[in-house]
Amino acid sequence: MIAFENAAYNYGGGELLSEVSLRLAPGSFHFLTGPSGAGKTTLLKLAYAELLPTAGHVTLFDREVRGLSRDDIAHTRRRIGVVHQDVQFLDHLPLAANVQLPLTVAGKGGDLRDLKDLLSWVGLGHLADALPPTLSGGERQRAALARAVIMDPDVILADEPTGNVDWEMSLRLLTLLVELNRMGKTIVVATHDLNLIRQAKAQVPARVLRISRRRIQLAGADL
Amino acid sequence: MTLPPALRRLMDLGKQADRVVPPSGHTAWLTTFTAGAMTFLCIFALALSLASGRLASRWSDALARTATIRLAAPPDQMQVQTDAILSLLSTTPGVESARALTDEEARHLLEPWFGPDLPVEALPIPRLIEVVEADPGYDGEGLRQRLAAEAPGAVLDDHTRWRRPLAEAAGRLRLLGGLSILLIGATMAAMITLAANASLAANAQVIRVLRLVGARDSYIARAFVRRFTLRALTGAAIGALAGLIGVALLPDADAAGGFLTGLGFTGAGWLLPFLLPPLAAVVAFAATRRAAFQKLRELP
Repeated sequence: MIAFENAAYNYGGGELLSEVSLRLAPGSFHFLTGPSGAGKTTLLKLAYAELLPTAGHVTLFDREVRGLSRDDIAHTRRRIGVVHQDVQFLDHLPLAANVQLPLTVAGKGGDLRDLKDLLSWVGLGHLADALPPTLSGGERQRAALARAVIMDPDVILADEPTGNVDWEMSLRLLTLLVELNRMGKTIVVATHDLNLIRQAKAQVPARVLRISRRRIQLAGADL
Repeated sequence: MTLPPALRRLMDLGKQADRVVPPSGHTAWLTTFTAGAMTFLCIFALALSLASGRLASRWSDALARTATIRLAAPPDQMQVQTDAILSLLSTTPGVESARALTDEEARHLLEPWFGPDLPVEALPIPRLIEVVEADPGYDGEGLRQRLAAEAPGAVLDDHTRWRRPLAEAAGRLRLLGGLSILLIGATMAAMITLAANASLAANAQVIRVLRLVGARDSYIARAFVRRFTLRALTGAAIGALAGLIGVALLPDADAAGGFLTGLGFTGAGWLLPFLLPPLAAVVAFAATRRAAFQKLRELP
């Protein structure tokens, strides 16, 4: 599905990631951890082709990213849902339109009832007409998750999705991600919240990957 | 009226894409104002060009159909040679008519320089014979040779030396008019390109979000292109209307045929300004599309 083979990424003369080899199997659940600045976000960006590797190979759905045209990358991103810590919306459009945006840009109408169900699933059914700037941090994260899954993607990449929310909301978001994984989605969550990882491992067989000294390794049994 | 498929697709799909870009911003006014002002100027350039061409053609036509024979002869020979020339002209193919100007007409011609009391009869003024050319015209060189034989003091002036610069002026005025219109169009394209670039830069976050959710560059570009095209069309329509009102309010062409009073459109020429708003929309479409794709390639 998504595979890294000796991938590296250099920026400004320095090497951020080196010799990264990784294969995300369908339906797997991975946590990506490591100190701030270790390269978690960079790895995720490589996984949805916002960045291209400076060495090695990254393959998305059996296609090498360097061989993808701009249109190919756009189409590939429709199969990957992304949730950022500092999630961004189109502030002039109501929440429902923002969540529906992936369908809109793909030229698909979508069923309004499905949209309402999705908003209810993330607990935002009553905020369909609200504008994004009026939402709280937790509401924005849940809205981002709804937007990430509306295209029924194969993979969901979440970059510090609980970074701006309290513990209760973190658990709620985790529950949603676990539900999605049980539905067959491949999940990758970048986080430095070890408690969240422990909570998740109690619910799903998640693997924990740690980025240390520019390289990726499987975390120990303590996690 | 049915729209061309490409334009209809731009309108239909663009309407949907248009919503993803925030609606306001100074670039909206800048584009509308630029298109309006440029179309307004374009209408006057067009009117000026057409009027110049018309006036020069009129002068050129009027001069082209007439010629003058200037006869200088001793007083006792003047009438004999005049009659001989008129006789010769009456048998020359390509001459429609010919007549000698009377003393009164000669006085009238010289009045602006010498005043009304000029004693024409007492002065050695050459006799002027007006020749009106038929279609096809006469052979100028042949006529000169026959005149030299019949009346050695006669000189044929077929106005060539006046007509040539007028024809050249007409061509250059038309060229200048066309060049002005091209420059106005290029300036409008440049201004709209700047406005589109500013709008794209101001909406970098919108573009990031759209890319994240899988929008293709053509989708993002369409949102901007449609907006700028419609703004240019609106501005150009307002500018064209204002320009047409301005031209319509100018004084009508009078008998004197002065240049300024002849400024405007005639006949089918009134339809030309209506082509300008769609043309402005096409310019805006091309300029924005080019700017959008270029900017999207630059943005990460």
